[in-house]
Amino acid sequence: MTDAALEEDEVHKGKRPPRAVVGSHRPDEEVFGKAYDPKIVRRIWAFVSPYRGQVAISVTAVLVFTLSQLAIPLIIRFAIDHGMKVDGLDSSVLAWTVGLFAAVILINYAANYVQELVIGRVAEHVLFNMRRAMFAHLQKVSLNFMDKTEVGRLMSRLQGDVNSMQEFLETSITSVGDIVLLFGIVVVLCTLDWKLGLLTMATMPILFIVRIFWLPPAKRAFMYAHETNSIANGALAEGINGVRTVQSLDRQRVNFQLYDDKAFENLRSHLVAARYSQVMVPIVDTLTGISMATVVVVGGQMALNGHLDVGVMVAFLFYIQRFFDPIRSLTMQYSVMQRAMASGQRITEVLDVPLDVTDKPGAVDLPRDMDGSVEFQNVTFGYRKDQPVLKNVSFKVNPGETVALVGPTGSGKTSSMALVHRFYDVWEGSVQVGGKDVRDVTQDSLGREVAMVLQEPFLFTGTIIENIRYHKLEATEDQVIRAAKAVGAHDFIMKLPEGYKTKVEQRGGNLSLGQRQLISFARALVADAKILVLDEATANIDSYTEMLIQQALHVLLQGRTGLVIAHRLATIRNADRIIVLQNGEIIEQGNHDHLMQKRGFYARLYNMNYASFDDIPDEAIPAAQIGAAT
Amino acid sequence: MNTPRVDSAPTRNNPIDHLAAAQKHSSLGTIYRIILLNLRHPWKVTAAIVATLIASGFQLAMPRLLGAAVDQAQPLVGGGAGAQAALSALWTTALIILGVQILRGLFTLAQNYYSEAVGHHAAYELRLACYEKLQHLSFSFHDRVHSGDLIMLGIIDIDGVRMFFATGLVRFVLLGTLIGIGAYLLISTDLLLGLLSLSFVPYVAWASSVTQLSLRKTWLDLQDRMSHLSRVMEENLGGTRVVRAFSASQHELDKFDRSSQHALGLAHERVKTRVTNTAAMNFSFFVSMGLVLWFGGHKVMAGEITVGTLTAFLTFMTILQMPVRQLGLLVNSFARAATCGSRLFNLLDLELAIKDAPGAKDLTVTEGTLKFDNVAFRYPGANDNLVLSGISFTARRGETIGIVGPPGSGKSTLAHLIPRFYDVSGGTITIDGQDISKVTLKSLRKAVSVVAQDQFLFTTTIENNIAYGNPWAKEQRIERAAEYAQLHNYIAGLPAGYHTIVGERGVSLSGGQRQRMSIARSLVLRPDILVFDDSTAAIDAGTEQRIRSAMKKFSAERVTLIIAHRLSSLMHADQILFVEGGEIVERGTHEELLAKGGRYRALYDLQVRPSDDSTPTEAAQ
Repeated sequence: MTDAALEEDEVHKGKRPPRAVVGSHRPDEEVFGKAYDPKIVRRIWAFVSPYRGQVAISVTAVLVFTLSQLAIPLIIRFAIDHGMKVDGLDSSVLAWTVGLFAAVILINYAANYVQELVIGRVAEHVLFNMRRAMFAHLQKVSLNFMDKTEVGRLMSRLQGDVNSMQEFLETSITSVGDIVLLFGIVVVLCTLDWKLGLLTMATMPILFIVRIFWLPPAKRAFMYAHETNSIANGALAEGINGVRTVQSLDRQRVNFQLYDDKAFENLRSHLVAARYSQVMVPIVDTLTGISMATVVVVGGQMALNGHLDVGVMVAFLFYIQRFFDPIRSLTMQYSVMQRAMASGQRITEVLDVPLDVTDKPGAVDLPRDMDGSVEFQNVTFGYRKDQPVLKNVSFKVNPGETVALVGPTGSGKTSSMALVHRFYDVWEGSVQVGGKDVRDVTQDSLGREVAMVLQEPFLFTGTIIENIRYHKLEATEDQVIRAAKAVGAHDFIMKLPEGYKTKVEQRGGNLSLGQRQLISFARALVADAKILVLDEATANIDSYTEMLIQQALHVLLQGRTGLVIAHRLATIRNADRIIVLQNGEIIEQGNHDHLMQKRGFYARLYNMNYASFDDIPDEAIPAAQIGAAT
Repeated sequence: MNTPRVDSAPTRNNPIDHLAAAQKHSSLGTIYRIILLNLRHPWKVTAAIVATLIASGFQLAMPRLLGAAVDQAQPLVGGGAGAQAALSALWTTALIILGVQILRGLFTLAQNYYSEAVGHHAAYELRLACYEKLQHLSFSFHDRVHSGDLIMLGIIDIDGVRMFFATGLVRFVLLGTLIGIGAYLLISTDLLLGLLSLSFVPYVAWASSVTQLSLRKTWLDLQDRMSHLSRVMEENLGGTRVVRAFSASQHELDKFDRSSQHALGLAHERVKTRVTNTAAMNFSFFVSMGLVLWFGGHKVMAGEITVGTLTAFLTFMTILQMPVRQLGLLVNSFARAATCGSRLFNLLDLELAIKDAPGAKDLTVTEGTLKFDNVAFRYPGANDNLVLSGISFTARRGETIGIVGPPGSGKSTLAHLIPRFYDVSGGTITIDGQDISKVTLKSLRKAVSVVAQDQFLFTTTIENNIAYGNPWAKEQRIERAAEYAQLHNYIAGLPAGYHTIVGERGVSLSGGQRQRMSIARSLVLRPDILVFDDSTAAIDAGTEQRIRSAMKKFSAERVTLIIAHRLSSLMHADQILFVEGGEIVERGTHEELLAKGGRYRALYDLQVRPSDDSTPTEAAQ
């Protein structure tokens, strides 16, 4: 039997292929923490405290609201017992009781309005401030941290965790109300008739106990249902994103079966969760029934004997219908609190990431008329202790000169580039721009004078013109177009449906890599800095675009100091000087001809005749070294 | 004649909206289809509805029972044997109350459980249907519709339809019964008190419906604004190096503030709408209650009704309060189901642009000859110029055809026509004389494999990724493919070897490794026609050379098409086609084309002998 026939057969029998999965799933991080952690509460409180006046108003409103809720059955009871004497012709008692009722409901209305509105606003403001604090902090934390941390993780701090704080803040006021309501009912019932009150409330602890046993398995079921949801959605997303591959490899049939398994598990887990959540309904109803029956039998008997007013019995019946609500919401609130503590913990973690690079006190602006030189003086630097990436490196780029940095992966090229912009601080030695140590000038002024073009051109959502202008909002349209023309991007931009106003799709999806590259060149040109640091793209670009990029590069470097991490031979050859790095040390420098004559490492690599240094397989590098040594 | 809507129809700008705008059915039609979907589980639907009716019946009985208990407890009746009788009456009422509460609880459980179950079953079926549809919709559909929109369709819209049965249909029955019968009972007991106790109903019903609809609208707006905010944050974090390179964090914070304030304003508005409304609804309820108390009190005093009856009225009101407020949710549920449903049905109703022709037979490969005969192509729905025209060539088993040309010349499109990712607009493509549009898609795609420029890497093991097209493949075969693709040594060096997880959440592979993985994927399939669609660009020239020699025997048994912009990738081909502007402008072997001194020669000079070329800088000097 051929493989294909076998496959058909197995699928029919409902077997799943041995090497196939759809979707990938990483379980959510542990969501629940302690229900109360004073340290975290203090940190959260720091965000809430500016609004404490409003919080106080809201809490007062909640108290007033709850008390007025409690008062209503009492007023009804009073009306029944004292205002409705049969044959009583005097309706004055009824009149002022109803008047009182009217007053209470007005208060209830106002308090209801105030509590929710005020706390809702406070919560929104607190969240906004929290999110902003995190976001602003992330602008300053070390790049080391950003490199190690997935964007998705940070986003879930900024969104998921902040949202669960919102849930917490909003419901915490409600739980204040719930607690007051619960105690209020207990107090009122006991005051009306303590014996009947205690009897009626005997069911309350039962509900508590039932819920304590019910909550852990129910929570597991709910979380599992939630998880199967994200599993199924993940598989769907994968199917959509990879649809071209799926179709070209004809996997639809197998995938459908596998997806069905996941979708079915999702269905099943939701039905289990539904059973868990619904099983509480008859329990609560039965307990309510028992309490009601107790009031009817015991209270009724007392009323018959004249020991109890009928109105009290009515009031009891009203309260019973309400007193399970606070218990239900309070036990739910417990989970919300646990979640909020865990979120609070993660939020504070973000806020506590240390800042490595900050402006020194008394840092001055880099003068605009500085000469544009870049100098490394005995620089040693690395990311991990005892593993220097650059070892005692010294070189100088003179104003207006273009220097190409070349060398195999891991030689320290990218690190050198990052140091010019002070993305990191050096371990030893110093980096000087315009004759000033980069640690002595403000980061903002340094950013103004040093423009950077990264290997991966990164575009933001927005139009092309917004992307070229980026933070230089004062750049005129004319300036933008001039820059685009200079780097040869104008022609293709004009061919886009809306020219410069064309919206860039997510991460520039509607533009080719080469086009994005040209736009990022134009962006650097508009920034108009004295020094340009450029990391050339390694990805293969077709020869036509390649030519455009070479021309653009030439324009970009004109009249500027240039430090280029070069991958392409054409770029390297055109540089005024070439610095060859290996293992964090400078092993050769000079211009192309000079280095070729020297017949060293550079000459060896060059003679291997690859179009780009990155094409050279790792295995070939040692060969070049050996060659250079001899 | 009605032209069927083909799946390539949606325009570029806002595909999902466009799908919604093109809806064939009205809101009512959509709701009807959702109901039909629910009715596929007739027993569960019946159980849910019957349980709802019974549960609401029990609930309606409660106020009367409580009222009766209050009356039975009136001390005025008291005295001797009467007291004994009254006591036993109280016992009876108490037991009935308990029984009714228990039954009501059980039937409510059944009502809630079955209505949720119906919704979940419908969602399950819709999920499968959407998945199946999306897997089969043609490339041109997926080119036009943003994947994020489709994922949201599968998550949010299915949820909207799922909720409809429980929050729409069953609630409709529940509210109808409670309000209808409740109103009847109240009014028939006492006209004036009945009307007074219901007086809050119309206002609350209206207010909650209006509010819910406006909340829904602002909610959708808010989602938009929030997603804008998250895009701002996500891009900032993803592009943090760019932000720092330009020292633009102030600019970014301003962007954040603008976007955040924009969302915050709307959030405030929502809170206000909601709060204003809840407070007003509560108030109107209590006003009705006060009126009942006032007029009821007078009636009690006049001896027209008992205190028990008054209690029953007041309890009735508390029972009705919740369902009446929920009318707004009901309206919301219908509105949501109508929009979500129409989007889903629009997707499910799309006809596949590329599917088996009626009576299509399986492709049988004998000679293994691929032939393009005067093929032309334009993108579906686009009226602009032809992307390809007059393409004719023949490739026999063992031959390699190289295709080269400037970007946008139509090279990739040509590759996509062979497995019918797109259909030709003119001319024919045949394999051993069989028109590919007349054979089954499955057999065609089994015979043709395209190694795409950027293939999707699934988050699973390397082994599973290589065996993606044939998950039954034996280990040996997978390893062999990896060896051919010069990937085996790398994989074998990994701690977990072939079981290493790659993809979004696994080990990240370099561009070249990914491309080699794609090659291995196609090799596992052993297709008759193998197409490399610019799929070696990120692989260094040396490795590519090794792949080529490893595959020598493999290539001798099939047709190979190589599309590349690096000439060294295809110089060895038996025939090279130079494509420009959608047409073949030059053809021949490498030597012939070089000798010709045309476009191919120019490209060769540009690439292979850069040192002789005067570069821009030198030219400027």
